Amino acid sequence: MSTNELQAILFYLVAAITALCAIGVVVTQHIVRAATWLLFTLAGTAGVFFLLGADFVAAIQILVYVGGTLVLVVFGVMLTAQSPFISLRASAAEWAIGTVVGFLLFGMLAVSLYSANWNFPEPGQTASPKNSMNSVVLGESLLGFEEATPAANMTGFPPGAAPPSRKAVAYLLPFEIVSVHLLVVLIGAAYLARARRRRQATST
Amino acid sequence: MLLAVSETMLETVWPYIRPLIAVIVLVTFVALSAVFFIWVERKVAGRIQDRLGPTRVGGRFGWLQTIADGIKLLVKEDIIPASADHILFRIGPYVAFCGSFVAFLALPFGDGVVAFPMAIAVLFMLAVMSSEVFGVILAGYGSGSKWSLFGAMREAAQVVSYEVPMAICVVVPVLVAGSMDLTAIARQQTGWFWNWLVFHDPFTFVAFWTYFTCATASCKRAPFDLAEAESELVAGFHTEYSGLRWSFFFMAEYASMFAVSGIAVLLFLGGWNPGILPFALTDAFGPVVGNILNVAIFIVKGWLLVFVMIWARWSLPRLRIDQVMMTCLKYLLPISCVLLLGASLWPLLMPDSVQNWFKYVVAIGFAVLFFFGFLRAAVRSREPFAPMPGIWEYQSRSASRTPAGNS
Amino acid sequence: MTVTLTHYLVLGALLFVCGALCMALKRNGIGVLMGVELVLNGANVNFVALAHFNPAFAVEGQIFALFVIVMAAAEAAIALAIVLNFYNNHLSVDVDTAEELKG
Repeated sequence: MSTNELQAILFYLVAAITALCAIGVVVTQHIVRAATWLLFTLAGTAGVFFLLGADFVAAIQILVYVGGTLVLVVFGVMLTAQSPFISLRASAAEWAIGTVVGFLLFGMLAVSLYSANWNFPEPGQTASPKNSMNSVVLGESLLGFEEATPAANMTGFPPGAAPPSRKAVAYLLPFEIVSVHLLVVLIGAAYLARARRRRQATST
Repeated sequence: MLLAVSETMLETVWPYIRPLIAVIVLVTFVALSAVFFIWVERKVAGRIQDRLGPTRVGGRFGWLQTIADGIKLLVKEDIIPASADHILFRIGPYVAFCGSFVAFLALPFGDGVVAFPMAIAVLFMLAVMSSEVFGVILAGYGSGSKWSLFGAMREAAQVVSYEVPMAICVVVPVLVAGSMDLTAIARQQTGWFWNWLVFHDPFTFVAFWTYFTCATASCKRAPFDLAEAESELVAGFHTEYSGLRWSFFFMAEYASMFAVSGIAVLLFLGGWNPGILPFALTDAFGPVVGNILNVAIFIVKGWLLVFVMIWARWSLPRLRIDQVMMTCLKYLLPISCVLLLGASLWPLLMPDSVQNWFKYVVAIGFAVLFFFGFLRAAVRSREPFAPMPGIWEYQSRSASRTPAGNS
Repeated sequence: MTVTLTHYLVLGALLFVCGALCMALKRNGIGVLMGVELVLNGANVNFVALAHFNPAFAVEGQIFALFVIVMAAAEAAIALAIVLNFYNNHLSVDVDTAEELKG
């Protein structure tokens, strides 16, 4: 069994779990079960990231999505549930249309992906998680060191033409914008969700 | 010929067998340490409450009490309430246990003794342990009981809040060490105990205590065990559980207690280094013997921190939920932000001599204080109890007077 | 049997389609939110897969994935605040009841 085969087996396993759970999120009518399927989908996506050698992104995915966002979502479900297990059903016609549209959309995407010709250079050897430098490189790039992100050739040109090259860039400004954005979101969410009297309580 | 074939086979198969062996060893370790901690918890609780704790099963100290409890749990009837959501009710305990168990994969027990070495080990552990709370929420919601639901909501609010200061406190030693690899961080603390990161500067010193408080809260241990507050919520999120599923929650709890203690030991308390020898044990005794000693030292240090958690549980009263949230958001969060800022400024603003002197003075002062405190406690534990005022004094006096009155 | 870029992109496409369907079919406001998370995850799979298979953009792909994760967290917080507010006003999380702005 070669490393490639093992990686393929692992990929098919993880991808199958991720895909099945993603379908489960759509199919189930019960909102907390949907959240559970979403949990497994997100964990599966983190597994895919690990397989792609992006260990830092995978860990952040688990930390932020599973430990933060999803808990928040379920918390919201608990706060807004009237009966113990709420389920709001869509009608059968909506389901039929949804399924058809979904299959069409997926078929179109899959066909276009299979027919696309990616003339990328060979992917580099991914470092093992033990020696991975992802966090260092990403941190340097976010701090504004242009050396961290190599100047790359543009892709998507016909094979004959010489691809124009691109300047190395760093991501200090987007990083700052995201930070300020998070602060604004923090204040905004606290303002929106603050305790207020219900309209019913005031009218009666 | 045959030997050569088997050797090449071993070489190709070994990378896949090694993780399997590691997982089996870790599962055994987690299960056995849960058994041990439950016994310790009952003994410590007994002594703190002036009782003896378990005494009968398995000889004088009740060594086998937990095994007996385990057998009892295994043969208990497995009940799923009629109003429960069956799938969520079943999944909950396993999600909780997986969350805390997977963290052990990245936890190094010795120099290179780790199931899955990672460059971002500490981030990975924090991330995986943060998903343990989801199992608790599923259990609480799926039970279909309002006590469970209250417990789960408290747990969700508490853990999501405490994760923030906990992660910031972890960043402080990571910043000092310049790595997220737990093995590399522990290697930096080789030698005397003033090399431990807890004594590195005043901010890491405070960060250790802050981290330990947040870690206690994120393991939902008392005084932060609002999720299972038995005086108000029956048993919180595991009210409806019985038998094996119930025991999975406890395995998860004790496993995550050891995991957060292990992170604390590796980040602040020198990892597997004894701290009283100027060299690394693997250098002196070779990789095998040295690592066996390393693992023993690491496990003992982790157990000591778990013991502190148990001690705190039986000594402190439970906080109210609003007090828990206030402690986190109004105190621990600002403190941890100040610590992060201070730890990043300290090496820039302080001259080297001040940094070094601080290390020696605080480390040796703390060691002396610790030693004399321990000595005093040891000496005083041998003294007989003085008669206590109030009812005790009255009873002892009346007991001594009765024979005199007869004569 | 090697896994190529296309395999990963198809997985991303599947997540995207599931998310889009989820947004369309769920009547629960929080269900719609879950659909958004699925769509963003599909995009993230694409980013990271392209980063892996095109080494020249190794850093970019991962950084964009990180930004997407952060944005998703922010979006979830705001959307939940809106849903809670909505629940306070309508005593329901059914998005079909939000029709007061109809002309």
